[in-house]
Amino acid sequence: MPSSLLWAVDVYGRVYSLSTAGQQWEHCRDAHLEFKRVTAVQQCCWSIACDHNIYLYVHASEVPIRYQEETYENQRWNPVDGFSDRLLPSDRWQWSDITGLKHQPLGDFQLPSENWEWEADWYIDENFGGEPTEKGGWTYAIDFPATYTKDKKWNSCVRRRRWIRYRRYKAQDTWVKIPSEQTESLPDPFNDITCGGWEITEEPRGCLALWAVSLQGKVWFRCDINHHNPEGSVWEEVPVPGEVVQISCGPGDLVWAVLWEGHLLVREGVGRDCLKGSSWVTVESPSPGVGVVHVAVGVNVVWAVTKDHKVWFRRGVNSHNPCGSGWIGMVGEMVMINVGLSDQVWAIGFEDRAVYFRQGVTASELSGKAWKVVSVPRDSERSHSSASASSLQSAGCFFGGEVRLQSQASMLSDADAETERAGGEVVPTPEIGDAPKPRIPKVTSDSFISELVSDREGQISRCDVPPAGPSIPEEDHPEKELEDRASPAQVLSPSQSGGVDPQWSNVDLEEAQTHLTSGPGGDAAETSSLSSVATYNLALEEPYGLDEPPKWAWVSGGGCLVECHTQLNWFNSSTSTALNSSMQAMSLSITPAQTAAWRKQIFEQLSERSKREMENFMHYEQAIEQSVWVKKGTMQWWRDWKPHKWVDVQFALEQFSGVEGNKDGILFIYYTFNDEKKYLHMFINEVTILVPVLNDSKHTFAIYTAERTKQRWPMRLAAATELEMHDWLALLSVSCCDSRGIQGPPSKQAIWSVTCKGDIFVSEPTKELEASPYPTPCAQISLGVVWGIGYDHTAWVHTGGYGGGFFQGLASSTDNIYTQTDVKSVYIYENQRWNPVTGYTNRGLPTDRYMWSNASGLKECTKNNTKPPSPNWTWVSDWTIDYAVPGGTDREGWQYAADFPASYHGNKTLKDFVRRRRWARKCKLTTTGPWQEVPPIPLSDITILPCGPKSTVEQVSLWAISNKGDILCRLGVTSLTPGSSSNYGSSWLHVGTDQPFKSISIGAVHQVWAIAKDGSAFYRGSVSAQNPAGDCWYHIPSPTGQKLKQVSVGRTSVYTVDENGNLWYRHGVTPSYPQGSSWEHISNNVRKVSVGPLDQVWVIADKVQGSHSLSCGTVCRRLGVLPMEPKGHSWDYGIGGGWDHITVRGNAMEAPRIVMPSLTDNQTATRPLQTSNQPEMNGNPVGC
Amino acid sequence: RKVIMADDKDVLRDVWFGRIPACFTLSPEETTEREAEPYYLLLPRVSYLTLVTDKVKKHFLRVMKTEDVEEMWFEYEGTPLKWHYPIGVLFDLHASNTALPWNVTVHFKNFPERDLLHCSSNSVIEAHFMSCIKEADALKHKSQVINDMQKKDHKQLWMGLQNDKFDQFWAMNRKLMEYPTEEGGFRYIPFRIYQTTSDRPFIQKLFRPVSPEGHTLTLGDLLKELFPAAICAEDEPKRFQVMIHGIEPLLETPIQWLSEHLSHPDNFLHISIIPAPSD
Repeated sequence: MPSSLLWAVDVYGRVYSLSTAGQQWEHCRDAHLEFKRVTAVQQCCWSIACDHNIYLYVHASEVPIRYQEETYENQRWNPVDGFSDRLLPSDRWQWSDITGLKHQPLGDFQLPSENWEWEADWYIDENFGGEPTEKGGWTYAIDFPATYTKDKKWNSCVRRRRWIRYRRYKAQDTWVKIPSEQTESLPDPFNDITCGGWEITEEPRGCLALWAVSLQGKVWFRCDINHHNPEGSVWEEVPVPGEVVQISCGPGDLVWAVLWEGHLLVREGVGRDCLKGSSWVTVESPSPGVGVVHVAVGVNVVWAVTKDHKVWFRRGVNSHNPCGSGWIGMVGEMVMINVGLSDQVWAIGFEDRAVYFRQGVTASELSGKAWKVVSVPRDSERSHSSASASSLQSAGCFFGGEVRLQSQASMLSDADAETERAGGEVVPTPEIGDAPKPRIPKVTSDSFISELVSDREGQISRCDVPPAGPSIPEEDHPEKELEDRASPAQVLSPSQSGGVDPQWSNVDLEEAQTHLTSGPGGDAAETSSLSSVATYNLALEEPYGLDEPPKWAWVSGGGCLVECHTQLNWFNSSTSTALNSSMQAMSLSITPAQTAAWRKQIFEQLSERSKREMENFMHYEQAIEQSVWVKKGTMQWWRDWKPHKWVDVQFALEQFSGVEGNKDGILFIYYTFNDEKKYLHMFINEVTILVPVLNDSKHTFAIYTAERTKQRWPMRLAAATELEMHDWLALLSVSCCDSRGIQGPPSKQAIWSVTCKGDIFVSEPTKELEASPYPTPCAQISLGVVWGIGYDHTAWVHTGGYGGGFFQGLASSTDNIYTQTDVKSVYIYENQRWNPVTGYTNRGLPTDRYMWSNASGLKECTKNNTKPPSPNWTWVSDWTIDYAVPGGTDREGWQYAADFPASYHGNKTLKDFVRRRRWARKCKLTTTGPWQEVPPIPLSDITILPCGPKSTVEQVSLWAISNKGDILCRLGVTSLTPGSSSNYGSSWLHVGTDQPFKSISIGAVHQVWAIAKDGSAFYRGSVSAQNPAGDCWYHIPSPTGQKLKQVSVGRTSVYTVDENGNLWYRHGVTPSYPQGSSWEHISNNVRKVSVGPLDQVWVIADKVQGSHSLSCGTVCRRLGVLPMEPKGHSWDYGIGGGWDHITVRGNAMEAPRIVMPSLTDNQTATRPLQTSNQPEMNGNPVGC
Repeated sequence: RKVIMADDKDVLRDVWFGRIPACFTLSPEETTEREAEPYYLLLPRVSYLTLVTDKVKKHFLRVMKTEDVEEMWFEYEGTPLKWHYPIGVLFDLHASNTALPWNVTVHFKNFPERDLLHCSSNSVIEAHFMSCIKEADALKHKSQVINDMQKKDHKQLWMGLQNDKFDQFWAMNRKLMEYPTEEGGFRYIPFRIYQTTSDRPFIQKLFRPVSPEGHTLTLGDLLKELFPAAICAEDEPKRFQVMIHGIEPLLETPIQWLSEHLSHPDNFLHISIIPAPSD
């Protein structure tokens, strides 16, 4: 998960942010101002400064905020001048908008504020609906307004062309003042501000609701804030029935405000059509006589603070019932409270003014469990403690070999010590340590159940997680730990002050060591980033005493993503968890704990022991013989002979040690036929493919051997549950790997593929499919660099580990396995038919589809019976109407059509008798796998330069498309160590385009081809290793009448797939003319294509003949591909069923490793594909 | 984030696959029909004597009359070997620093009722093993994990040990090694300290992996509290060896890590404290 930020303002008005991955508050230094309020969302942060102006801080992104301005130049033909700008008096303006109604000369375009800049000058758009126009970009028509075409005809009397220019928002990562343009209507300054509403609608993109309260108690709404207009346009007053003092707006449609008298207002009618809402409803203060002073809302929660600092939780709040049903008093005394993403809660304590985090807030227990103080230092303080701690570490014996380097570090910290002393003789870790004890949040477990029912046992049994031992008060931890950490530093301080002595580190060695044993973990964590040592000089700017803990005034978690499995390092920044966190640290480098002396000692001793006790005795008999291990189960089997049907069978896997010590196994299927018990068996070492088969009613998978592939008849089995199926698949896969001696991560040449369910399988060219169970609809590899994209468009890079997910505990590598999450939507359709009496109802004709169905209408899918795709996925939202449906919808989300099934459109016409609307529900997967996330830009496609195995390329070209269609080029990806951090790259470079894109591919000599969302193809010129981003786009006309969908470029071949499933080959591509000349049709029914580095062509095809019922998503390979014949001549049909994506781009086997039997010699065009993993198919194309 | 559990498979494998070469000789007190050859065997350190010595029994029964055979038991240099301690513990405790193979004497008579438990069948060992696991989980997780397991899961643990199936055992045992991140470790560490110099069978107390102040506690901390004599000052000669699986971990090794990685399959950390060799 990418890190995100928690924002806070201290009592001096300084703004700090704390990263979920970080361990210290970072001062937002660029602000010279002091602030009163901040309200953060993921992309930006709004604030009110002490000058009462509103400021905005937009986070920099590698994809810039750019806005396309456009205007049209209109001309009319006359016999004298030909086409000229002399128009008829009744005509439109010479320069106008697309409708012609608005006069828009180029010179009239102004930047909306000083925070914008022009990217370049105006230029003419020569792309017309996906087709390139002639030079000049003119489109012709008979008259204004009419249909324009790109070709000039005899009757073309008018023409127009489109000019475009981009402006770019430049004020990123800095505070900018939002000009108060309506001074007359804003007589009084702002007092409170809140930002939210981003979940209400996706149109326009990045749409936000910003509410503000003025000192006079008026409420204002900022209009038109969205991605392309981060500052919004105007303030609009929202009438209120009283004087408002504070307001809070959640990510969804909740908006609550506090009235001066202490009651609350709830905004009703907030929705996608009306972000502002329509009316207010009053809710009484929870405590009679004691008014509310503060309110905070999330998606489904409302928290409030009353004048006596008591905290209240509102029960039963949701979108349909924004007022909720009742108050519950919570433990803790707070001055303010804030609700962030996933309804997580932050607060500022009344007595200590510390930031508290509400622990244990989950979807099922929104009120959480306990307050936990966020006890991390501020960046300036941090430098002190870490500098001293790191020199301490160097003095210890842990890094004996590196004393030189370390003592340099401690020299640096000597300078630091100067400044530190300048600040007074104080404890060097001025944190919560010596704060007055936070008296308020005393109870460790104060979920409201425990407050209402004093039955502790009952409460504990309710908890999912074993609760913390109640005998240890949590809040005691940080203080004592901090004191402890402080003490060694104090010990060192004197020797630092006498810093002239260059020997000090030796002198203190013993002393330091004794302290180290008292808390080695903490110091290790402290020093895990030595770079923090370099931040010491910042302390000079600290005007305030460092001996007091920060006192906070305001906190905003609206941009801070914390989930139940997120591990925060905010709480015990010292010993107790430091060891843990360092052991779990996800950095690819070695963590200090792993290098600890005790650990090395154990490794060494264990290997010595093995040598001593076993080396000379290996001829002894083993006490336990390695016996056969059998796993049995019941399953259903699709009978091999007619009539085909599912029959109950006993299924058994026997594993034993093979001849050469490697494990082998036999698979038995025991069935009954004519009352006679029979069995069939299959040797594990003959199994070539294991694949789950998409089947709605059963959890089925198929097992292929070479022979069975030839017969096009896999062994099909169905397990009782999905879990059972996964267990078997994992087990079978492991035993297959064992029998072939495959261990560890997949090799560079492996073929990667993804099933419709999103599981990734890897096929070694010579060997066996190994399942890697992470759902990723797209993966691209080259040179051992593997990237993938999740359903939620998160990019992942393969770490070189293996296993995870359903492999857990069986054959996972424990290094390089990370937690992965993915989110996707499940869709169902509500269908209605019109009848003359009642209009549209859910009463269909008897022949109609289900009134609640899947997209095809064939399967009934109700809100209740629809389940997440597999047990690993869980629902994370409720059903909501999906308005973002292709074809558009009306205001209620309906799409209309003449009949089922038909093409649907968003507005009702007289001919429409049926309608449908799509409901979406988000589900989430949390699993583990050898993948590491690449934040922060969500991607939809990705491509890596394919290469032969022998070539060594330092810089790997990697291009991607963001989920918004921006083209990006990744810098700094190298292949030096596959699966290492160098595969991860450093940053994205945005490559400007005039329209959004959907597919991209790079060939072996840096040919970059891309497909725009409008279906047109583009070639990027001048891309090379030296110029990784190239210089300009060439528009390539699509095959006539077709909109392209996907592109794949191999060594020289360029293949595309269009929306109708046609596969096209680009003709005439030569080194001097890489754009090629024309498209040639190769095949239909193709879903995806992947062209390898040797121009091998593999596709996922539908409707493959003769593959029984498995025809959807069949892997096929092009036969006869030769250097001089790149198109090949026929298809080799292969593994049927359920494949969604394949990439052969890492597969550059020059010659077959194993000469396969003569099966290939007498092959015919329809000969079934052996398997995806037979070597000859990789070798053949080039081996001849 | 990574699941918290044994994070270093190599150590787990080394521990599991530790073997002690043993030479079994029939006691001279036994009456035989002909001379009994010694029997050599590689014993798994983590298993139990009576579980892995079927072959030994068969070997010696061939030279004995059935009427002379009672329950088999083992002895090393006069000390009867308690089968209910893991083999590695018996070796570390009684035979560390001696020449290999380990010379074990086999008896079929005069069962030392005072010193040994009877072991009539493997089900007795299984019951003992499972009760240890349950006790350990009571300490670690208030029995929550073991109680959540099904009967077949328990069986898998036992079968894994009995058949020396590392993967089979650890597929299940990993669940017993998990703990909530925020707690920094198990509730209490299941451990037993054995010594040869005392009549007490072993020392076992409640001990948390993290101090109330939040420090990670180490092997040294544990010994300081329970066996201070094992910790010697720098200038003193070493009096005791603290052995776990035949190695001497450094005193600063975190006790939680040890519990996760160097526990026996019964989930206890068995620590043997023996006098240091005088050389």
